[in-house]
Amino acid sequence: MLDLLYAVAVAPFRDMAGAPAFLIEVLIGGVFAGLMYSLVALGFVLIFKASGVFNFAQGVMVLFAALTLVGLLERGVPVLVALALTTVVMVALAFAIERLVLRPLVNQAHIILFMATIGLNFFLEGFGEMLWGANVKKLDIGIPDRSFIVRGVQINQLELTAAATAAVLVTVLAVFFQRTRIGRALRAVADDHEAALSIGVPLRTIWVVVWSVAGVVAIVAGLMWGAKSGVQFSLSLIALKALPVLILGGFESVPGAIVGGLIIGVGEKLGEVYWGPLVGGAIENWFAYVLALAFLLARPQGLFGEKIIERV
Amino acid sequence: MIYREAGQFKTTYAADQAVFSIVQDRVAVAAAVVGAFVVPPLVASEYWLQAVLIPFLVYALAAIGLNLLTGYAGQLSLGTGGFMAVGAYSAFKLATAFPHLNVLVVFVLSGLVAAGVGLVFGIPSLRIKGFYLAVATLASQFFLVWLFNKVAWFTNYASSGTITAPDRTLFGVVITGPNSAPSARYLVALGLVAVFAVIAKNLVRGRIGRSWMAIRDRDIAAEIIGVRPLRTKLLAFGISSFYCGVAGAGLVFLYLGSAETLAFDISISFLVLFMVIIGGLGSILGSFLGAAFIVLMPIVLANAPHALGLRLPVALQKQIELMVFGGLIIFFLIVEPRGLARLWQITKEKLRLWPFPH
Repeated sequence: MLDLLYAVAVAPFRDMAGAPAFLIEVLIGGVFAGLMYSLVALGFVLIFKASGVFNFAQGVMVLFAALTLVGLLERGVPVLVALALTTVVMVALAFAIERLVLRPLVNQAHIILFMATIGLNFFLEGFGEMLWGANVKKLDIGIPDRSFIVRGVQINQLELTAAATAAVLVTVLAVFFQRTRIGRALRAVADDHEAALSIGVPLRTIWVVVWSVAGVVAIVAGLMWGAKSGVQFSLSLIALKALPVLILGGFESVPGAIVGGLIIGVGEKLGEVYWGPLVGGAIENWFAYVLALAFLLARPQGLFGEKIIERV
Repeated sequence: MIYREAGQFKTTYAADQAVFSIVQDRVAVAAAVVGAFVVPPLVASEYWLQAVLIPFLVYALAAIGLNLLTGYAGQLSLGTGGFMAVGAYSAFKLATAFPHLNVLVVFVLSGLVAAGVGLVFGIPSLRIKGFYLAVATLASQFFLVWLFNKVAWFTNYASSGTITAPDRTLFGVVITGPNSAPSARYLVALGLVAVFAVIAKNLVRGRIGRSWMAIRDRDIAAEIIGVRPLRTKLLAFGISSFYCGVAGAGLVFLYLGSAETLAFDISISFLVLFMVIIGGLGSILGSFLGAAFIVLMPIVLANAPHALGLRLPVALQKQIELMVFGGLIIFFLIVEPRGLARLWQITKEKLRLWPFPH
C-alpha cells in the first residue's frame, strides 16, 4: 500500500526533479501537442459559437485540407499557389455545406445537426480519399524537421515553427473578431441569433464565413500535423483528442480552446511519461477525458464557458 | 379502409391503456412476431441469418438501450461501445469461470455488470448535460476499451487478446460458439430481443418512463413536481447500460463468435446512435427500424455496383460507399429529422383515411 502511494505520489516528482532537462523536453512536447489540439478545438469553437452546431466533421476537414494540399504539391504546384488553392477549396466546401446541409436543417434540434455533421464526416472521408488516394503521404513545406540543443534541452525546429504559426493565427483571428465588421457581426450572432437577425445581420453569410474560417484553421492544423506525422487517415482522429479540450475550455470560448489545449497537451504528456508506466502505458487515449471529466465535476461550464443559469 | 378503428369501443381502462389498442395492430404484431420465430429458420440461408438477421437483432437491442437513455431520458451518450464491451467481456468471464451456468443467466448477469458500470459513468450527468455530457461519456468509451485491452485477465490471458464464445447449450442445443447453427443463435437472439423489447415498451409508458420524459423535456420543472433527477438519470444510465451490455454479450456470443476490443471502438457507438436517430428518438419501434436501416444499407451499397453491372476497384468502391452512407444520413435527417418511426406514424394516419381522404 505504502509502496503504491510512493509510486503514485512521490516517485514521479522525484524523477522530475532529478532530470530537469528531460522534464522541460516533456513539457515542450506537451505544449506543442496542446497547440495542435487547440488548433482543432478552435475550429469547433468558431462554428459552435456562431451556429450552435457541434461540428464533428472538423477532424475530417483537417484531413481533407491536408490531403488537398499534398495532392496539389505532388502535382508540382508551388507551395504558395497550393495554399491559396486549398483555401479556395475550403471556402467552396463551406458554401456547399451551408447550402446543402445547414440550410435545410435550420431550426432543428442540436442533436440532429450533430448527426448531420457525422454524416458529413463520412462523406468527406470518402470524398477526400477518392480524390487524392488513401496512402500515407509525406507533407514537405520546406520547414526542416531537425533539432538543436539549448542548454541541454532538445528543441525541434518544426515544433517551434508550428507554435509560432499557431500564435500568429490566433492573433489574426482575435483581431478579425474584434476589429472587423464581419467579426463584429459574428460576435453578434454568437450572442443572440434572433437579435442579430432583427438588426439586419445576414445569418447565411455569417455561417459561410464561419465555416470558411474553420476551414482555414483546418488547413493550418492539417499543415502542422501533416508535416509532423504524414498525411493519413488517422489525422481525422485528432478531432476526438480536441473534444476534452473543449469541455475543459468551454464550448464557446476561444481563449478557453487555447488554454484548454495547453493544459490537456501538457497534462497528457506528463501523465504518460511519469504515471503511465504504473498502469502499463498507452493512457494517452483516455487520460485527457478523465482529466476533463474530473474538472467538469467541479466546474460544469468549463474554464471560460459562460455560467448557464436556468429558470423554469 | 382496412386500417381503421371505427367500431372498436374501449369499455375498460385496461383496454384504453393497451400497448396496441387497435385490433389490426395486435394482429399485425402477433403475426410479425410468430413469423419472425418460424419463417427465417426454415427459409433463410446461412448468409442471411449470419450477415443480416442476427446483427440486426443484436444492434436493435443496443439501439433500444441507447434510445431509453437518449430518446426518453434525454441524456446524450457516446459510450455505447464501452458498455457493450463490458457486457461482452463479463459474459466471457462468467461463461468460462462457471461453465455450468445457463447461458441466458450469463447474459442477464453480464447485463447487470454493465448496468453497474453505467451507473458509475452516469454520475457526471448529474452536473452536466447536452454535448458536454456526450463528450464526458466518451471517457467511458476510451477508458473501458483501453482497460480490456491492457488487462490480460479479461481475456483469460489469451495471447491473441481475443475472446471467443465457448460452446454452451440450451435445451440440449448448442447455441453459442463455433459449433452452433446460425438458426439456433438467431432464435436465441430473437427471444432475447422480444422479451427485452416488451419490457422496454412497458418501462417507458409507466412511471419510470414518464419521469424520464419529464427530465428530458424540462429538468428543472420535473424536479419541482417531485421527480428526483439523481435517481431518474442514474436509473436511465443503469437500465440503458443493461440493454447495451446484453447486446454486447450477444454481439460476441451470438453474432461474431470471437472478438477483440476493436469490435467495440468508437465507431460502434456512433453506429448505434445513428440507428436511434434515423429510427426515431423516443420510439421503441424506431430502434428496430433504425437498426434494420443501418445493417442493411452497407450490404445494399456493397452489392449495388455488382447488380448494376459495374466493376469498380475495391478501394474506390469502399470510398463511394462511405460517401453514399454519409450522404444518405444527411438526406434522411433533412427529409425527416424525427426518424423512420415518424414516417410510419404518418403512414398510419394516411391509412386510416384511405381511400377517402376528405
